[in-house]
Amino acid sequence: MTPPLAELWVYLSTSPLLGLTLTLFAYQGAFWLYRRSGMNPLANPVLIAVTFLVALLTLTGTSYQTYFDGAQFVHFLLGPATVALAIPLYTQMRRVRAMLWPVAAGLLAGSLTAALSAIAIARLLGASLPTQLSLAPKSVTTPIAMGVAERIGGIPSLTAVLVITTGILGAVSARWVFDHLQVRDPAIRGFAIGVASHGIGTARAFQVSEQSGAFAALAMGLNGALTALLLPALVGWL
Amino acid sequence: MIAALSTLLLCQLIGEIVARGLNLPVPGPVLGMLLLFVVLVFRGGPDDDLQTTSQGLLQHLSLLFVPAGTGIMVHLHRVADEWPALLASLLISTLATLVVTALVMKLCQRQATGEVR
Repeated sequence: MTPPLAELWVYLSTSPLLGLTLTLFAYQGAFWLYRRSGMNPLANPVLIAVTFLVALLTLTGTSYQTYFDGAQFVHFLLGPATVALAIPLYTQMRRVRAMLWPVAAGLLAGSLTAALSAIAIARLLGASLPTQLSLAPKSVTTPIAMGVAERIGGIPSLTAVLVITTGILGAVSARWVFDHLQVRDPAIRGFAIGVASHGIGTARAFQVSEQSGAFAALAMGLNGALTALLLPALVGWL
Repeated sequence: MIAALSTLLLCQLIGEIVARGLNLPVPGPVLGMLLLFVVLVFRGGPDDDLQTTSQGLLQHLSLLFVPAGTGIMVHLHRVADEWPALLASLLISTLATLVVTALVMKLCQRQATGEVR
């Protein structure tokens, strides 16, 4: 006869409940730590939550698939959240119209830099082709990046990981970069972080100021759409 | 909240159908976003329900990245093999993107305000 505790574990490890609950708790714990650190960018809540979950799953010998069976309910919300980006886009339309040229030029320059420099550096350092192609959409939000990676011959699940790492790197370094460049306009700071590091950068920008956040959301939406249109065509030429 | 969620999901669904039906390179949710944007322009803005629901979704955007991020455990071997190239590419490219975007925008804005003077 199986001891009750093991029986309970068998039940929990096959039900989606555990993965879902763990994700929510890991994130809340990570967010609490982030707050306690005075919103220090190094204490990024996604980074902390992911590190904790990977350690826990590895220690308990749980497969990612089992975990994802539960966590997919959270993951699914990325789709509607992408659609919801239309709202900050709409709300900021007036401010955007006033900054049309800087926004258009910054978007095009930033979007091309993000994709081409990632491919070039990886190629230079001898990364395999699927890895290079998985890196190309790294600056756009996860659902778009995974879709683009699939189109151009990358590995969507690897892209998801690279996208999130990019988001964390951007969120951690942006303040330092902008201060050194003496870029003070919250609209420009927000837009640049949105182009470079999508939703994670946007989440960070919203915590700094409302205006930065709105411009980051705008940049994330525009860069997502532009990359989805440009990258499949660009990769054909490479 | 239910009406707002239905609107968001319907836009996503139409986006998916159009993207797959016409074999477009753009992912469905992005088309859904463009569709909702057009709807908002015609309706003159979101109603309170849609505003509150989207705000709730976008406020916790970081949470939604956690399940995909945890997927790194599946790719640990590839990451272990290629980590110098991956890390260098991610780090340099992200910094370059921040610098290029911010400087291009600053330059354009300075030119625009220069014209006004």
